Amino acid sequence: MKASLNWLEEYVDITLPLDDVLNRLTMAGFEGRVLQSIGDSWEGIVIGQITAVNPHPNADRLTLVTIDLGPRQETVVCGAPNVAVGARVAFAPVGSQLINPHTGKTERLKSARIRGVVSSGMACSEKELGISENHEGILVLPAEAPVGTPLADYLGDVVINLDVTPNRPDCLSIIGISREIAALTGQDIHLPGVSYQEGASSVDQHISVEISAPDLCPRYCASLITGVKLAESPGWMQQRLVACGMRPINNVVDVTNYVMLEYGQPLHAFDYERLRGKKIIVRRAADSEMIVSLDGVERVLSRDMLVIADEERSVAVAGVMGGANSEVTEQTTSILLEAASFNPASIHYTGRTLSMPSEACMRFERGISPELTTATLKRATQLIAELGGGEAAGGIIDVYPGRVEPEPITITTGEVKRVLGIEFSPEQIVGALASLGFDCRQAGSGAEVVATAPYWRSDINLPVDLIEEVARIIGYDEIPMTMLSQPIPRQNPEPVIGLKREVRRVLTGLGFQEIISYTLTSLELLSRLLPESHSPAITPLRVTNPMTVEQEYLRPDLRANLLSAFSANRGRLDSGIRIFELGRVYLPRERDLPDEVEVLCGVLGGPRHEKSWYDDEKSVDFFDAKGVVQALLGQLGVAAGFEGCRDESLHPAKQAAIVADGRNVGVVGELHPGVLEAFEIAESVYLFEISLPALLPFTVGHRIFQPIPRFPAIVRDMALVIDAGVAHQRVVDIIESFPLVEQVAIFDVYTGDQVPPGKKSLAYRVTYQSPAHTLTDEEVKRVQKRILDRLSQELGAGLRG
Amino acid sequence: MVIWSQGEEMSQQPEQIRLNALRELEGITGIDGLESWRVRYLGRKGELTMILRGLSALPLEERKTVGASANRVRADLEESLRRKAEELKAELEKRAVRGGGAELARGDITLPGRHYPLGRLHPITQTLDAMCDIFASMGFQVMEGPEVEWDYYNFEALNIPGEHPARDTMSTCWVESEAEREDRLRLLRTHTTAVSARVIETMEPPIRVIEPGKIYRYEASDATHVPMFHQVDGLVVDKGITMADLKGTLYEFARRYFGEDRKVRFRCDYFPFVEPGVEMAIDCLVCNGKGCRLCGDSGWIEILGAGMTHPDVLRRGGIDPDVYTSFAFGIGVERPHMLRYGVDDIRLYFGSDLRFLRQF
Repeated sequence: MKASLNWLEEYVDITLPLDDVLNRLTMAGFEGRVLQSIGDSWEGIVIGQITAVNPHPNADRLTLVTIDLGPRQETVVCGAPNVAVGARVAFAPVGSQLINPHTGKTERLKSARIRGVVSSGMACSEKELGISENHEGILVLPAEAPVGTPLADYLGDVVINLDVTPNRPDCLSIIGISREIAALTGQDIHLPGVSYQEGASSVDQHISVEISAPDLCPRYCASLITGVKLAESPGWMQQRLVACGMRPINNVVDVTNYVMLEYGQPLHAFDYERLRGKKIIVRRAADSEMIVSLDGVERVLSRDMLVIADEERSVAVAGVMGGANSEVTEQTTSILLEAASFNPASIHYTGRTLSMPSEACMRFERGISPELTTATLKRATQLIAELGGGEAAGGIIDVYPGRVEPEPITITTGEVKRVLGIEFSPEQIVGALASLGFDCRQAGSGAEVVATAPYWRSDINLPVDLIEEVARIIGYDEIPMTMLSQPIPRQNPEPVIGLKREVRRVLTGLGFQEIISYTLTSLELLSRLLPESHSPAITPLRVTNPMTVEQEYLRPDLRANLLSAFSANRGRLDSGIRIFELGRVYLPRERDLPDEVEVLCGVLGGPRHEKSWYDDEKSVDFFDAKGVVQALLGQLGVAAGFEGCRDESLHPAKQAAIVADGRNVGVVGELHPGVLEAFEIAESVYLFEISLPALLPFTVGHRIFQPIPRFPAIVRDMALVIDAGVAHQRVVDIIESFPLVEQVAIFDVYTGDQVPPGKKSLAYRVTYQSPAHTLTDEEVKRVQKRILDRLSQELGAGLRG
Repeated sequence: MVIWSQGEEMSQQPEQIRLNALRELEGITGIDGLESWRVRYLGRKGELTMILRGLSALPLEERKTVGASANRVRADLEESLRRKAEELKAELEKRAVRGGGAELARGDITLPGRHYPLGRLHPITQTLDAMCDIFASMGFQVMEGPEVEWDYYNFEALNIPGEHPARDTMSTCWVESEAEREDRLRLLRTHTTAVSARVIETMEPPIRVIEPGKIYRYEASDATHVPMFHQVDGLVVDKGITMADLKGTLYEFARRYFGEDRKVRFRCDYFPFVEPGVEMAIDCLVCNGKGCRLCGDSGWIEILGAGMTHPDVLRRGGIDPDVYTSFAFGIGVERPHMLRYGVDDIRLYFGSDLRFLRQF
């Protein structure tokens, strides 16, 4: 809410420096700051009246303008089209500070000879004065502007901005803010007096009001002003409207806006003559009922919306916007003025559904008090009658089916202490509440305060609401700071939370950079993962109102994001890239929230080592990815194996399922060339993916201490020649099945001239160890012989000669 | 040739062994030689041991002298061995340094060290962990909840019914339902406070939880807005919880996260699910409170929203507000990180650019 300081000062004396006032407002819930200081730099600039306009002797487009400043006259050279004798203007003498409209910078006005004529100053535009961006012509002041007076005294003001929270619609008004300032600075508030001459005929003789939907309209008040002449509103009113961010239109519309800003109650002016049947009906719209709103747009309404109608048709969307069919025009002479109260939810729904946010709508949807209507209506009626020269009909219409009596609320000093942690006396509590206009009395043994909220505070319903008011006015700074003193509750953290931390720790330890990517993605991106079928097996969850097509679906896996990230980074770096993400994927479930599964996915590619002086630039391969998985599983204590699998996104020959106890927990492999092409990646890239919930049962608390061996180990190497088709794992499984075998490591895989065709050579280092005694050569030889026998029998392996 | 009596022979033997052994020891130049020397003279089958083993066959008197002499020699040899070993070791070290030095003189020590790739956690993960750790040290347990949430937990349970104006400040991404008209609406949670709504419903007091996670807004991206970001909510429910505890707990967080020197300000603010409502700000890290572009000339930077949990929110979740009081808070995660490191574009966090991520 923008507010003019001049205007505020009409209702409350501002006794403290403005910064202090703004700070108090900020601390009390209304973040405030100075938006604009109008007139600070206008030293020397005075109001003058044009007494003569003569042509410039040497230039067609320029004029010589004589300006009367009271004690003296000055002549300036002027290029503006809107100079006229009699106009009141802002005269800036040489030396004044003005904004150069071409550069936007503040400059001192220099004496100048323009086409041979000396100009002793200038008549300023709004832009030059810094009031607005308007530089079409010079600023023409209202006729009442006093000649010779410094412009700053007449037009100067400070515009402040307050952030008003949604619970305080009462402070979307100058009076509301004044009330807060009064309470926070110990001042009183003085409201404008309202009185006007009422005509002989009563308003009910001219119009009747019927509320057929009292649930949506608790109160409807109206007045009638006849003989109104539409004109510009006076300068003071225009200035205040502009300062508060509204555009002046004409005296009637300006009054409705002015009074809305003043009191916070929106008003609407109808052209009385255009209302058919001289009847106002407040009713729900019919389904598909049409109305053309003031902005000329045809609106389609529904049963959930409220309209103001005459006997034949709707004439306004209640609380949101007027209709073109009853709009006040230049021909209008009789005004039916409406001040009503509407159901906040209904207004919010209507404004949102019709996309018609308005100042009125914003106030109604926050819930303003029905009690505001009459005071506001009378104030506006008076102003329209005054400014438009009309006559108000006798009385006002007031239909009030939704009257609710205010309920007093009781709080005790104990309750205040229970919430705030500090004791305030009943006097302090009463003092704080009374300063805000609450009607308070002490009760019980004196420790109780019974308070009734003033009508404008529709946000006060519960004792805690009063407690906040007390804390706000006395100040949050008065509340001490204490540490929690209660015993720490029992902790039962979800195991997956700890697992996530551990997985991240291991992955970064292995040299992987974590990324976090948007969880919203597109079908197009997801389809790049499917080089054969092109469409996903499950349809991912869709957002109904996506911001962009790139962010329309909730990701069913992390792969696409990681490959995009790989691709984008490859454009910038030629080093090895190792990245991972640990985040959720969203798997749709019928009539329920999706299953949100924590998944680890990593991709790697490029040289294993940086280009260096000590090593070659070999690229990573499948076994790097598998090595990472094995390191992770090892650290987590998961015994898992690798089995062949069929994942469409991966290279058919270079992929493996990660299997723990017969259950699939993830996959590792090289990306399918088609996928890489789709992501515009021109190198081999490897991926691993592990579902944390699937992994979790194999990680929790099953590790048992293994004693450190007390007896020395004996190490023997064996090189086998075996059919090329036999997998390494089968050899290892056999060797490991023998007692005394502590460890088996493969250290060479060879095919080529040294072995027969169709064969390969596998070299193993076997470590033998006994927990019970020091092994002898003979023992080891015996075991080794048995191992070779079995390898020979089962796999046809022989020792390499 | 002198014929020794057996006694004489026996009594002279240890001394002879000593002389031989010491002469031999003198000539040894490597650690390996020491071991075989030890085995020969002092080992289980060594010469001295044999003598000592043979003592029982001698007459008592002789047994004494020969035994004593053998033990003396043994001690002497052991001591000599120890000294020789030390000498050799010192000599070796000296040689190693000399040799190494020579090698370094030939090599170029300005060559870079071998590269060990260093992985890093995402800056947001680091921030979340840091925040959660501070609260964990005050007895808060980490809880998580779904990102795709029912309208109920994100809004209704938190005093934000349909058509509440507070909904406009949290523009929402809605998630499609398979049924044409479903009575329950699904959305991408707009705050982690939705987790608090679930905690209130499912846990029994006393409760002290911290709830990190992703949140979403229906917003176009620019330097200060992204549609997905992170938040850490917290909730304390117990008997006797006050706003003084709220201030103390959050001050402790600010002190530990932002540093001792930061000033902290608590002011009134409004959130529908708390009453009284609180906003906590710290003095600006750039201008130290004087006012600058970063803090919008106010000198203060908003860090979190908080308040005493609204009695209706507790009651709706099955906790009696007449018995228990509660405070809640919600901390933005990206912003504190941006402030701390001077990051000027929030989109960088989710752009996966390694040139950015590797800086943290």
